[in-house]
Amino acid sequence: MIEYLAEVNLTHHQSDITPEERQKLFDFLNSLGQHCSREQSDLIPILQGAQSRIGYLPAEAMLGIAEYLGIPEIDVYSVATFYNQFRLNPPGKHSIRVCLGTACHIGGGHIILDAWKRRLGIDKKQTTPDREFDLDTVACVGCCAMAPVTVIDSTEVHGKVSPTRVDGLLLGYKLQKEKEASA
Amino acid sequence: MNSGPALAFEKRKALAESRWKELFQQPRILVGTATCGRAAGGLEVLKTIREELKKAGQSIPVMEVGCMGHCYAEPLVVISKPDSDYAPIVYGYVTPEIARLLVRDSILGDDPSLEFMLGALEANEALPSLTDLPRFRYEKPVLLENCGRIDPEDVDQYIANGGYAGLDKALEMKPQDVIELVRKAGLKGRGGAGFSTVVKWETCRNSAETPKYLICNGDEGDPGAFMDRAILESDPHSVIEGMIIAAYAIGAGLGYIYVRAEYPLAVERVRHALRQAEDSNLLGKNILGSGFSFTIRLFEGSGAFVCGEETALIASIEGKPGLPRHRPPFPATKGLFGKPTIINNVKTLASVSRIVSRGLGWYSSLGINDHSSGTAVFALAGKVVNTGLTEVPMGTSLRQVIFEVGGGIPKGKKFKAVQIGGPSGGCLPESTLDLPIDFDSLTEAGAMMGSGGMVVLDEDDCMVDVARFFLEFTQNESCGKCTLCRLGTRQMLEILQSIAQGKAMAGDLKVLAELARDVKAASLCNLGKTAPNPILTTLRYFEEEYEAHIKEGRCPARRCPDLMAYYIIPEKCERSCDACVGTCTVEAIYVGQKRVKVIDQAKCVKCGTCVPACPPQYNAIVKISPLSELPEALPALKAKG
Ligand SMILES: Cc1cc2nc3c(=O)[nH]c(=O)nc-3n(C[C@H](O)[C@H](O)[C@H](O)COP(=O)(O)O)c2cc1C
Ligand code: SF4
Ligand code: SF4
Ligand code: FES
Repeated sequence: MIEYLAEVNLTHHQSDITPEERQKLFDFLNSLGQHCSREQSDLIPILQGAQSRIGYLPAEAMLGIAEYLGIPEIDVYSVATFYNQFRLNPPGKHSIRVCLGTACHIGGGHIILDAWKRRLGIDKKQTTPDREFDLDTVACVGCCAMAPVTVIDSTEVHGKVSPTRVDGLLLGYKLQKEKEASA
Repeated sequence: MNSGPALAFEKRKALAESRWKELFQQPRILVGTATCGRAAGGLEVLKTIREELKKAGQSIPVMEVGCMGHCYAEPLVVISKPDSDYAPIVYGYVTPEIARLLVRDSILGDDPSLEFMLGALEANEALPSLTDLPRFRYEKPVLLENCGRIDPEDVDQYIANGGYAGLDKALEMKPQDVIELVRKAGLKGRGGAGFSTVVKWETCRNSAETPKYLICNGDEGDPGAFMDRAILESDPHSVIEGMIIAAYAIGAGLGYIYVRAEYPLAVERVRHALRQAEDSNLLGKNILGSGFSFTIRLFEGSGAFVCGEETALIASIEGKPGLPRHRPPFPATKGLFGKPTIINNVKTLASVSRIVSRGLGWYSSLGINDHSSGTAVFALAGKVVNTGLTEVPMGTSLRQVIFEVGGGIPKGKKFKAVQIGGPSGGCLPESTLDLPIDFDSLTEAGAMMGSGGMVVLDEDDCMVDVARFFLEFTQNESCGKCTLCRLGTRQMLEILQSIAQGKAMAGDLKVLAELARDVKAASLCNLGKTAPNPILTTLRYFEEEYEAHIKEGRCPARRCPDLMAYYIIPEKCERSCDACVGTCTVEAIYVGQKRVKVIDQAKCVKCGTCVPACPPQYNAIVKISPLSELPEALPALKAKG
């Protein structure tokens, strides 16, 4: 259905979509017709679907979705950039979300964010060069009683985090990776 | 009226009740696995219990339940053994190791393991119970009554506890009579503004336009608020039931439940509950044979605070950026896709289910007067002993909520303020604590009921820092449509930042207050209109703290990182101990002369990790502000201070 995908070339947006991601996008777009109408009101659910398949929204995805819904590309882009949930660059293997809501702020959330930044060597909204971790903040995950909170991979919630705990969590991933490498 | 549907529901209810009773005749275990329970390790506890039971070859039911409100003591486990001498017991702070012991001693054995007990679930002769806690005198769970007590994934458990009886009753009434009932109950919206529910409903119902829509607002963007999350995770059917009743009253055929994507468990539980309600003919075509049909779609919000605002929320369901628009026309006349639309908060709708099923007399007996009927649900967080959820009748005082229910301030610290109502609200000091909680009194004091987030602050919290935090939030979340909201919040944030850094000038407070007034006046939606509130209340009640930052370069709470430093008092340091050195994650503590530990101020990131590491008998690490008081400060630091 959307054969032009191979030739889109974007200059205004840096995109380094991998062949594997491209295939996922292709499959996703081709499956849309089965359970989605072509109304603008489906835009956000479709973007959410694309992001959950591919991990982020490469420019090609936005173009394909605009084409599918028959709406201007800029409308897709403006929605994708308005909402905090969408990301336009590839995620890491693990996503780190530091809560900076009120309770977490009072409990020292920014100190935890600093600890992650320092240890990962990246700023928020960035991905480590080895694509192992990406880092971002979130405005309250509704777990304020356990502040400060860090969420890993969207469902693993860690409460009462301290800078030492950050080191501990990272060490856990490192050990796991070494184990996988030697296995 | 038509006796068919009632009969069908009666049968269903009887079945559910007998299943529920049966459940009580055998031993059973409840584990709290709402998000708060999970954050504390509830899933591991659950897994351990299941594994241990399996090892022992026992098939005792282990139920996952939602949030019981006692988040401070998570993970929570309840063990109920009808043939033992004890009432059901709630255990708190359960670790996998404790869980293993509980299975061995309490479940398989006869030892109630009282050392891990928080209290018995209900009042009884033999054991102290949760109802004996002082907080029980003030609490009145209505919207939270099922939370943590039923399995949110089992619709029958909800029905057995009186669920869907309101819907059954409503379907036998005329829509107009349902509206009348809600009017008499005086229900006010629980989403923040406290607007009369029935006035909105009636406008929508009376509109000639069709179709009509109903939206449940589960965006809960206020940081520090988590009661909607807890209700959606722990008792989703109470919200769904309220939605169906509301839809029936206003004549809507399609509804949306808008839940933020940051709440993945709530999304999952709601999705499950919707499916169950459909399978049970409580939702969908010809509900309970009444001829009324209603469908609910789940919409995942995508993380923009402004989308909690009605018109922005509608824009986002329509697939557009979430920009608010001018009102009127109000959504009740022109909302989703230009059609009449009602938007109600999660708690508002959960109240509707109860008002219809229990009746007017019951509802008016809660609360204080016609102005503020019902209960208020609060999420207690911050510097308070019992963090978690609570529900109290309107009219209870803030002091009762914070000190009796919340157990006061931990670590013997002094209460400083309570932040209520999120970014739209304000900080109230000690002198306002005896105010009875209702929509009007809080607004008068400069705060707002808001959605019910309550963050308690103690002497270690800086009010300038809190105001700065909220401005950073609103500045970030402003949709950018209104100039003053977009640029005014930024300007105010910059002034607050310079105050927190000790770089502000004398006239800045005046500019700040003026800007606050202008942003309030010239913003379209309530995000901008209320964004200055945290500044205005902190200025009103804590001006001297601002002054100290500006004039003395001193942060009285010793919190603003640019104006304070950590310092090890040499005389107090026990030289042979190394506790602090090991905990400092940036290696800023070195061993100085005579083995006294010293903090390298240039390396220190002011995370405070070392403070609790220093054994209490030495207590050698202190915070100092202003920097000029740092005894051996580096010259550079001293010059700054
Ligand atoms: C910036 C902003 C954010 C809001 N966020 C929420 C929210 O998260 N949840 C909510 O129920 N209401 C929120 N509201 C209030 C809603 O606009 C609306 O008044 C409410 O959902 C109506 O429901 P109620 O009448 O049942 O209170 C917000 C308002 C504004 C201005
Ligand atoms: S007040 Fe702020 S958030 Fe509201 S519409 Fe204006 S710019 Fe947007
Ligand atoms: S922990 Fe306290 S007593 Fe021990 S070395 Fe550090 S400052 Fe001294
Ligand atoms: S403020 Fe972090 S979970 Fe609410």
